Amino acid sequence: MIQINNLNFSYNSKKPLFKNLNLSLKAGHIYGLLGKNGAGKSTLLKNIAGLAFPQSGKCLIDGTESSKRLVSTLQNLYFIAEEVYVPALTPGQFLERTAGFYPAFSITDFYSYLKILDIDPDLLMTKMSYGQQKKMIIAFGLATNTGVLILDEPTNGLDIPSKVQFRKLIASVLNEERCIIISTHQVRDLDSLIDTVLILEDHRIVIENSIDELTEKLFFGVFKDLTGMNVLYEEDTLMGKYAIVENTAGKFGKMDLELLFNAATTNSSKLLNVLKPATLHE
Amino acid sequence: MEFKDNEAIYLQIAAFVSDQILMGKWPAGQKIPSVRDMAVELEVNPNTVMRSYEFLQGLGIIYNKRGLGLFVADDGFDKVKAYRKENFVRQNLPELFKNMYLLGISIDEISLQYQNFQAQQKDELKQASNDENKQ
Repeated sequence: MIQINNLNFSYNSKKPLFKNLNLSLKAGHIYGLLGKNGAGKSTLLKNIAGLAFPQSGKCLIDGTESSKRLVSTLQNLYFIAEEVYVPALTPGQFLERTAGFYPAFSITDFYSYLKILDIDPDLLMTKMSYGQQKKMIIAFGLATNTGVLILDEPTNGLDIPSKVQFRKLIASVLNEERCIIISTHQVRDLDSLIDTVLILEDHRIVIENSIDELTEKLFFGVFKDLTGMNVLYEEDTLMGKYAIVENTAGKFGKMDLELLFNAATTNSSKLLNVLKPATLHE
Repeated sequence: MEFKDNEAIYLQIAAFVSDQILMGKWPAGQKIPSVRDMAVELEVNPNTVMRSYEFLQGLGIIYNKRGLGLFVADDGFDKVKAYRKENFVRQNLPELFKNMYLLGISIDEISLQYQNFQAQQKDELKQASNDENKQ
């Protein structure tokens, strides 16, 4: 559904953000995009959405470059920015003016999402709190029923019950035709919601694996003794070494996204070799 | 549902479904929640629930009626029990034995404790059914 080929992008020519970045995303999945501050998560999402343009290389949505900003592409895409902008309208008025751009928009869904997220459809959005504004835009974005849904740090500013509702809503809107991409630092908010992990580091995507693949190849746990194991990453804890080891026993443990992130963004060559042995020979 | 840290989520969801069957909440022939409903309830990715259901189908605990959904198999209860027993013998028993060995607990001591436990369970069951009859 989304194909990125050899993407090069920089805001400042001395500091390239992406160097020949490649990525392929399919419908029917929820992708979690992780990366350190300044790694370029939002910029990558903007390139996908046609809000920033590649210096070279291509971002394709269903085979069409998103930078062309064709109506056929944009009407099937919704981007929820980290900082939402809201005009001085009520959600109902916003709906009347904006929903028409999205042919698959569902008015019923919109009002039901507003209700679930506890947003008053008749209140001026400029009078709402930041969290409420964000929830309003989330409700709108989900109701567009676009094939591509991009959410940049969606849980920032949401209170605890809203995060629960957000997870339920995202779980309910995924279908075979939809590709959902969520960037986040709040891994605990989303770790059971995403099925594929993308980690942006060192100007490229270093990890692009389904959680099934990760738990098949890796084992996360606390070990008193690591001898004889292929240790890919370790941290010291009071209980022993908290480590990622190569999964040779065929156990299916639970993945720890935080530990994986730390491993992928520090000295990660061992980890990456286990995850992508094929690329070594290219 | 709170997920434990030491087991894949799809296996924990499969265990949750198995528990419902073992406790008699979902008897043979009962329709189980759709992938979507279960994903929303547990706040997890629908693909994860799908994997749990495929796993349970592979074990013959649930089955798919085309167009109607997933149902508990006629021998679902027995199959869950057999699967759990195998897991217990493979995983929990060695751990129990190790602790017994380290702490010097004899089989007779465990046997006595287990008899007490059984009696207690029976009492609780009786109590529960009495309470139900009163209502």
